[in-house]
Amino acid sequence: MSLLKLEGVTAFYGAIQALRGVDLDVAQGEIVTLIGANGAGKSTLMMTICGSPHARDGRITYDGTDITQAPTHEIMRMGMAQAPEGRRIFARMTVQENLLMGAEVVQMRNYERLRDQVFHLFPRLKERLTQRGGTLSGGEQQMLAIGRALMSQPRLLLLDEPSLGLAPLVVRQIFGAIRQLNQDEGLTVLLVEQNAYQALRLAHRGYVLVNGAITMAGPGAELLARPEIRAAYLEGAH
Amino acid sequence: MTEILAVTDLTMRFGGLTAVNALSFLARQGEITSVIGPNGAGKTTVFNCITGFYRPTSGRIALTHPDGVAFELQTLPGHRIARRARVARTFQNIRLFAGMTVLENLLVAQHNLLMPNVASGLLSVFGLGGYARAETLAITQARAWLTRIGLLARADDPAGALPYGDQRRLEIARAMCTGPVLLCLDEPAAGLNPRESDALASLLKSIQADGCSILLIEHDMGVVMRISDHIVVLDHGKPIADGTPADIRADPAVIAAYLGEGDEDDVDAPMGSGGIAA
Repeated sequence: MSLLKLEGVTAFYGAIQALRGVDLDVAQGEIVTLIGANGAGKSTLMMTICGSPHARDGRITYDGTDITQAPTHEIMRMGMAQAPEGRRIFARMTVQENLLMGAEVVQMRNYERLRDQVFHLFPRLKERLTQRGGTLSGGEQQMLAIGRALMSQPRLLLLDEPSLGLAPLVVRQIFGAIRQLNQDEGLTVLLVEQNAYQALRLAHRGYVLVNGAITMAGPGAELLARPEIRAAYLEGAH
Repeated sequence: MTEILAVTDLTMRFGGLTAVNALSFLARQGEITSVIGPNGAGKTTVFNCITGFYRPTSGRIALTHPDGVAFELQTLPGHRIARRARVARTFQNIRLFAGMTVLENLLVAQHNLLMPNVASGLLSVFGLGGYARAETLAITQARAWLTRIGLLARADDPAGALPYGDQRRLEIARAMCTGPVLLCLDEPAAGLNPRESDALASLLKSIQADGCSILLIEHDMGVVMRISDHIVVLDHGKPIADGTPADIRADPAVIAAYLGEGDEDDVDAPMGSGGIAA
């Protein structure tokens, strides 16, 4: 059953159309990746799912509920979390306060346990606990953005370029953690990633976004094998 | 080969936090020197010290031009480092003038070239002086760079409207329009897809071929290993390795702290056991 379903979704920034009738669905327990060139609309799609901006036409349903026009904070309370592109952490809050902000929607019940699990994934955040977010290095801010998203115990995690600016070792740990959370906990993941090769290997299914429209969809392994995908998104990787 | 940059015992403290700890390394003239290392190792802090954004707590940063003129960068304010010492940089989070056009971003970079001509600009009201000529020169150079990075057709669009990969290349072109002898790039390949990273690597090689030395912070090992002449690896503000790409790739300390074991595309489980979600 679909946990997230988009039907004919369009989105605009002023007069500029960024999404052109996107159909996409993510089943409960799936890892789905969205690949596409810079400027194709991937981040816009992720933000539109969260209601910022709202879709102009079409319908977005989450767990059977129409969330097309729902405000962002209500969508988050329904069990969705996003680690947005570009490390949008709270720069003047400490690492601890940032994590608390993430946990706020689950009313702090499991704060310490969740926090320890984030530290397990990113030990560096524990060392930096009382530092302000803005004083962290770029890569550490990225860790914090992902950690903050995990603090709300989401059912659906939206990850927008989680590997951006991270050391190769940490990238592998993150991809490993995504797979493990999915297998062990049934976490559903929608992943945008420039490293299309790794993303398609990790994902159950993938979608290709070109100029705001989906042009191709299929199992990750199948997309990886297609020559046009290799030419457009994987060339130069190997 | 002579060095362009000699960093000696560089230390940078923020309150009780030592971000860079008695770091020494050399970058040779005409080479691409990469600085890699785990997140939070102090790489960007080193760049901020070199380019005058931070005044180091202690240590020396000596820059020597190809003609032998030398500068002590730790004593100079940022604008002198850019103009006199001719060190240019880009930023991890893109810092273009988003509301200005693509062309204007490159003209701003040539502000120093145009400034001495303000007086002649006044004269030009009477048809005298060199301002018009200097401005024409600036536009010519900007257009040449736009051609080189494939953005000439977007010259009059706001810089903020460009896709991310194009903004990255524009930022490099803006730095190059200042006429640097040393170009410092902070994660230029971040957020680029493999194709764009390839194009970036070629651009950097062509800048090197023009005689500009490059200092590169980057996590994309495909780019780093392919184009670097020399790599310095930092961890906790100190060097843990220094050598050629082949040396670095095989260095056990670098593999343990940074690269990880095995095939680059393998996905590892996180350290230890236990998950994140409930």
